[in-house]
Amino acid sequence: MPDTITREEICQPENMIYCRTPLLTDAPLSYCPGCGHGTAHRLIMEVIEEMNLQADTIGVAPVGCSVLAYDFLDIDMQQAAHGRAPAVATGIKRLMPDKFVFTYQGDGDLAAIGTGETIHACNRGENITIFFVNNGIYGMTGGQMAPTTLPNMKTATSPFGRDVQTMGYPLKITELIAMLPGTYFVSRQSVHTPANVRKAKKAIEKAISYQKLNKGLSFVEIVSNCNSGWKMTPLESNKWMEENMFSFFPLGDIKVPK
Amino acid sequence: MAKVKGEIVVNTERCKGCQLCVPVCKENVIAMSENLNGKGYHFAQSVNDECNGCINCALVCPDGAITVYRVKLNESLKAAS
Ligand SMILES: Cc1ncc(C[n+]2csc(CCOP(=O)(O)OP(=O)(O)O)c2C)c(N)n1
Ligand code: SF4
Ligand code: SF4
Ligand code: SF4
Ligand SMILES: [Mg+2]
Repeated sequence: MPDTITREEICQPENMIYCRTPLLTDAPLSYCPGCGHGTAHRLIMEVIEEMNLQADTIGVAPVGCSVLAYDFLDIDMQQAAHGRAPAVATGIKRLMPDKFVFTYQGDGDLAAIGTGETIHACNRGENITIFFVNNGIYGMTGGQMAPTTLPNMKTATSPFGRDVQTMGYPLKITELIAMLPGTYFVSRQSVHTPANVRKAKKAIEKAISYQKLNKGLSFVEIVSNCNSGWKMTPLESNKWMEENMFSFFPLGDIKVPK
Repeated sequence: MAKVKGEIVVNTERCKGCQLCVPVCKENVIAMSENLNGKGYHFAQSVNDECNGCINCALVCPDGAITVYRVKLNESLKAAS
């Protein structure tokens, strides 16, 4: 039976239903194959595109694998010293309250060296949005243990697994900041399946739109993979994340406006 | 037969061969090429015409390498097939 419609006829601009947002630059992402940072970037930029905020957004990049985020996100950006993104974003937002200001940070950046900045920006109720990509490890520097590393999880600096007796317990910083009166919306998501991508995008949309209300800080954690640091293939790392990370870092909204 | 028909176009130079798009396609449309792209990765490609345009593959692609197209088949085309 002859084909009734050809591939060429389908692949016409008027039939396009999904493509990479033009708010990502053409620069190839510096991330490892399969790394969730790329999907997290894409969702944030899709929302900024859909809300028509490109000209009114200022992002603050961290130190970590996403240190080069300013090369990939086609918006105004500032890069902050390690862990200091919430302090930098505080200054930008206070000087330019009409801008949408966000930080994008890893777990080493946000929950280790930057713990003080994170907690105090949240506690002050700064009208900024924090996107927190938690992969339980220092990806950029070669896979060292982070405060978020799971008990018994092997890393370059815990080669026999994290022993909580000597190395302490993983830090649930997202639950911690949710308890502070300065946070308005706190959610934990992931981006490893189509359904999770859709949910994460909704949380990002809320976090961005709540900033306009000036009621405090909105915070979206994305539990993500670091296949290189975990020494797995991308597909294995996503499975490992489902089986190990989500029981300790359960997905869903943690604090929603009353 | 299906009321909609989809197709994907993979930006083979952007693709990093991570394979995350392969298992999320319920129609088994995607497989990795035996060929390598300029970065040295086996890139993803469409290997049949079962795509329904669900965009699952594009949603999980960290590198934004997949563009999805979809058409509604009109009644005469459906009848003809
Ligand atoms: C002041 C300072 N201390 C230490 C470092 C080294 N350093 C670079 S990235 C990083 C940790 C990054 O981990 P994370 O924030 O989890 O980001 P990931 O790469 O995992 O996304 C560290 C400790 C630095 N660049 N600057
Ligand atoms: S080292 Fe880990 S976090 Fe960094 S790009 Fe690679 S997979 Fe992603
Ligand atoms: S759009 Fe859906 S059906 Fe088509 S290739 Fe992608 S996942 Fe498969
Ligand atoms: S998810 Fe994207 S980068 Fe990974 S293999 Fe598929 S098309 Fe390539
Ligand atoms: Mg990390």
